[in-house]
Amino acid sequence: MDQDAAKPDIIQRLQKEVFSLQGFKAPCGNHRLQTGLGVIEKAFPYEQFPSGAVHELLSFAPEHAAATNGFLAALAGKFLKPGGYCFWIGTRRTIFPPALKLFGIDPERIVFIDVAKEKEALWTFEEALKCESLALVVGEWSELSFTQSRRLQLAVEQSQVTGFIHRYAPKTQNNTACVARWKISSLPSHMPDEMPGVGFPRWHVTLDKVRNGRPGSWDLEWSDDRFNLLTTQPHTTTQIIPIRKTG
Amino acid sequence: MQQRFMVLWFYELIPNWWVHKHPELKQVPFVLSASVRGRIIVTAANDKAQAQGITKGMVVADCRAILPSLQVFDDIDEQAEKLLGALATWSLRYTPIAAIDLPDGLILDISGCAHLWGSEENYLNDIVQKLNGYGYRVRAAIADTIGAAWAVSRYARTVSIIPSGQQKEILSGLPPAALRLDADIVDRLKKLGLYTIHRFIDMPRSSLRRRFGAVLLSRLDQALGLEIESIQPIQPAQPYQERLPSCEPICTAPGIEIALQRLLEALCNRLAREEKGLRHAVFKGYRVDGVLQQIAIGTGKASRNVAHLFKLFELKIADIEPDLGIELFVLEAPVVEELSAAQEALWMVAGNHDEVVIAELLDKIAGKIGAAAIHRFLPAEHYWPEWSFVASSSLQEKPQTEWRTDQPRPVHLLPIPEPINVTVPIPDYPPMLFHYKGILHKVVKADGPERIEREWWIDAGDHRDYYCVEDENGGRYWLFRLGHYASGEPKWFLHGFFA
Repeated sequence: MDQDAAKPDIIQRLQKEVFSLQGFKAPCGNHRLQTGLGVIEKAFPYEQFPSGAVHELLSFAPEHAAATNGFLAALAGKFLKPGGYCFWIGTRRTIFPPALKLFGIDPERIVFIDVAKEKEALWTFEEALKCESLALVVGEWSELSFTQSRRLQLAVEQSQVTGFIHRYAPKTQNNTACVARWKISSLPSHMPDEMPGVGFPRWHVTLDKVRNGRPGSWDLEWSDDRFNLLTTQPHTTTQIIPIRKTG
Repeated sequence: MQQRFMVLWFYELIPNWWVHKHPELKQVPFVLSASVRGRIIVTAANDKAQAQGITKGMVVADCRAILPSLQVFDDIDEQAEKLLGALATWSLRYTPIAAIDLPDGLILDISGCAHLWGSEENYLNDIVQKLNGYGYRVRAAIADTIGAAWAVSRYARTVSIIPSGQQKEILSGLPPAALRLDADIVDRLKKLGLYTIHRFIDMPRSSLRRRFGAVLLSRLDQALGLEIESIQPIQPAQPYQERLPSCEPICTAPGIEIALQRLLEALCNRLAREEKGLRHAVFKGYRVDGVLQQIAIGTGKASRNVAHLFKLFELKIADIEPDLGIELFVLEAPVVEELSAAQEALWMVAGNHDEVVIAELLDKIAGKIGAAAIHRFLPAEHYWPEWSFVASSSLQEKPQTEWRTDQPRPVHLLPIPEPINVTVPIPDYPPMLFHYKGILHKVVKADGPERIEREWWIDAGDHRDYYCVEDENGGRYWLFRLGHYASGEPKWFLHGFFA
């Protein structure tokens, strides 16, 4: 009987050992990162957003790429809340810096590094991940092989810096050593009481893969500087174009 | 410290070069010629031609009469200047200050250099032997003053190194022409029977000035060291420079790294003493075959951290081709800024250690990829979207104004707006449909218009009316119409994507 009661404890301990072997650090209570993702965090191991790891985000259309960067910017805002700098490394930058302020980041805290080749982007990304003084590193390029992603994983295990790679229109959705694979697409916005105009950004967030966690998908709205989880599907599409005069 | 100068006289500069380039001319008498006032005159003759009595300034036709087998080549314009420039650059491995002395000499300031070769004699022999090896016949002299060294190199056959302070003794026995005087002064001195310098060196200065002008006195003083003579170095000396000559030519990467490490330590020690930090540094290697190899780095803010600077150079060491070996390493810091020890300590203590580390990382990235790749943006007071932010060069610069958040702005902005085809119900309304890259988007929701005027003092053109629209799939776009409806069919563009 005693043995049965001890079983969950043993499993939990073993699980922790497995995590640490995989380069996962146990969360320390004080430094818990407030991502504000709410129920999504339940999908992760220890029910905590895996910082100090490399995440991968895929997008295939320009609209969804913008949605992905919006989600990324909102998340980066949480990382940069205590201060610090973020590197944004990409081969073709389309980010409009003033818009980042709408997602809760001070755009001057971001250092953009525009490189010509993906190889250079990878080198810069790895060097940045090794720098413990950075709060966050974001990369924007298409192709990432398994070997390359493993190099990045080894770099973050040392430095505990969080990295995001936004892969726009990759040739293949190959396996990588990244801790999670996200896909974010834009959802029609919603205005309360049939008001005209475009509402707050809404995204369909899919967690395709997550190491030691449970994949899932959620609908989010970014308003009042925080993520709001949508429980009901918004109703949309009326035939008349509702227009709000703003200028 | 007593200044020492070396003067090199290439008495057959141009013919030696011709023989060097065309070895078959070695045993043949030849001259170089140029057209002067309609006559073809000899500008230089090699030793074989001189032995036949052909000298500079003769008419080529006369020379042909003396020696029918004489070969004549056209002189190249400003050849001597170019050659001397190259030789002066070559001689930088012996001293940092080298100057050209037209038409056929070099002046080197060798103060504090000769001891690296053991003695002045070894130093002089080394230079002369190397130049002879290249085929240049040269006479060299070392003295306290340029004037004395010049005189000795041209007119004294037996000695070449004048001990410090003995200019007067040596000059006394030389002819007046050794003082670098104009031909007419020399003629006048000769007419008066003053064939050597000792005959007039002790004459009253006032009578010398009256008869021969101030030039003679000035030249005399320069030769004796009573008047300072300046030279124009081919490479202005860098105030922050360290040199490291090597006994054996270095041709391996570890060897170069050791040299770099030593030079950096020496330079950074000096910078620390003077409370300065470098922003730009150049590491040069003078190769045995006369080729200069160099790599350069820049830093985002003044630094004198040896480890950091070494890391920046390390990325580029592979670019150096040592070939047969490098015999002299030079590290220069052309751009230096104030950096007090207190400032440095402040960064380390005040929690801004992160900023230093990030600045160092950025230096590394700038070294590998280029500083043009790195951008940091600050708000600018412009409504026009493309001008609403400005690039900042440093990590410390704070924004002067707030970022504007009162209007929706797309998270992606296309660098060049892309034209789209639209269907619009009535003017001033957002489009019902638009085609972008062959796909039809049906507009479901829209905001706008937001008119943004062009700032006429910067740029001329039409204003833009921006609409924020959402299609039936939830994609959100930033469209604009250029100009008014009144002036014909306005053009529509897609400028960005909202998150």
